[in-house]
Amino acid sequence: MIRVAVTTDPIDIPAELDIHDAGGHGASASFIGRVRGDGGLVELFLEHHPALTEAGLAELAHVAADRWALSALTLVHRVGAMVPGDSIVLVLASSAHRAEALSATEFLIDRLKTDVMLWKRETFADGRVEWVEPRESDHGRAERWDT
Amino acid sequence: MTMTVSYFAWVRERMGVAEEVIEKPATVATVRELVAWLAERDERGALAFVEPGRIRAAIDGAMVGPDALLGDEVALFPPVTGG
Repeated sequence: MIRVAVTTDPIDIPAELDIHDAGGHGASASFIGRVRGDGGLVELFLEHHPALTEAGLAELAHVAADRWALSALTLVHRVGAMVPGDSIVLVLASSAHRAEALSATEFLIDRLKTDVMLWKRETFADGRVEWVEPRESDHGRAERWDT
Repeated sequence: MTMTVSYFAWVRERMGVAEEVIEKPATVATVRELVAWLAERDERGALAFVEPGRIRAAIDGAMVGPDALLGDEVALFPPVTGG
């Protein structure tokens, strides 16, 4: 079962776990990305494309499902305005054994940083507003999966 | 030929619109040529596309390179920063 969602509401992690776990999987891996309050950050805004962001996440999910033997996959990305501590992204991947679940989770979080139409804008307590620049290390991590 | 161009993040802010329909000159066939044309068209285009190397594009939902041929629509935006 593949579940992909883009939401402006807070990600309901317990509810997502319940949906994901309905299959009684042997091994489940998870990743939660959260907003950090570094440098006096007061708001993180995620801009997205109304149709293509979700399509991009679905495409990634299907690539992962083709590559590893997964019994369930959940990929939920929050968009819009968030504050420090909020969950930005949730990845859940399940398989019969741990290796495939862990690899698929890592693949998804690496690739969604470079392949999906999402843009972060940071607002700080002193009034600065800055669009986040991509990090070279993110591209390095994403490219590891090309082979 | 008319086509729809959409903008995202700081490209959208600098262009002042999220989307526009343009009359594409016959000499503009690729993403790279469109970006160059928009940069020369007016001041906001010059600001948004001052560094063409920082611009990414998608056609029909798929990321494309600067030499991709244009169709009815294209999205132009900075490198993505999700996750």
